[in-house]
Amino acid sequence: MPKIFGDFVEAEYARQECLIIHFSPTSIPLQQRWRNNGLSADFLAEYWATFLPAHNIPSQHKQREVKGAIGYIANELLENVMKFSYKPSDYPVSLGLYLYQNEFRFYTSNAVDPQGVEPFQAYIQKLLTGDAQEMYLQQLEVNALEQKSGAGSHLGLLTMVNDYDARLAWRFEADQDSVITMTMMTRLAL
Amino acid sequence: MEIKGQDYHVTYDLDTATVIFRGTLRLRGAGEYAPIVQLLDDVVASAPETVTLNLGELRFLNSSGINVLFRFVIKMREQGISQLIVRGSTQIPWQSKSLKNLQRLMPALQLVLD
Repeated sequence: MPKIFGDFVEAEYARQECLIIHFSPTSIPLQQRWRNNGLSADFLAEYWATFLPAHNIPSQHKQREVKGAIGYIANELLENVMKFSYKPSDYPVSLGLYLYQNEFRFYTSNAVDPQGVEPFQAYIQKLLTGDAQEMYLQQLEVNALEQKSGAGSHLGLLTMVNDYDARLAWRFEADQDSVITMTMMTRLAL
Repeated sequence: MEIKGQDYHVTYDLDTATVIFRGTLRLRGAGEYAPIVQLLDDVVASAPETVTLNLGELRFLNSSGINVLFRFVIKMREQGISQLIVRGSTQIPWQSKSLKNLQRLMPALQLVLD
């Protein structure tokens, strides 16, 4: 039975306007694949800019703003799936971007570490129901005290919510091989 | 002091106490940002009266990089540095979105977006 967090809506794969990037998380080392984040994010931002005038966004300034938002969110989502997808399962990873009349919807899909699912679900529950700005400022203060290198900043989702007003939702599901997959939806209003 | 990567360049001009960021920064976490963190820590440790952070040519910064910037501001605040100026550009979208939070962490900080 899938477990849902937030206002999750299934991706409509039959939609005419969408782009999907689909890859294996293990085919080449993370270090080498990392450079593709920027390439992909910049491409997505540039590609979708073509459609903005038809969606009542004629001004150059606003188009630049929307392109910047797509580029930032796509980059963060790709970084997250690359870092956190559960490599032992070799489950494929995807990022899809769909254009609707008033918003973009990003969908990422990846396998997750069974050991990490519960704490992550607790975190996203807190993010969905708490004061996201307060969480953001507190995380920044905690990070500034952190001495050891290698610790993640835990700011990806918080920046998307606070700086870009992104609305997030998740679906978790176990398949017949007990691999737990996570689909995350990120909504960016136009 | 300077750090040069494939897509970015960070320099500290001692005469003007200005840290200048250019290019795009999408480094993979704290490990890869360590040299830039060290440069910024050295700036804090040198305790100048006024420091300027010039971001006007930093076209992209990922969340790990935002963490590095904000960590620097927090360290400056704790050090009691009397004046910190952050200069950016309204033409670079991420800056209008993310830099306003700097003033929530350090109200005395001067944020100038040209």
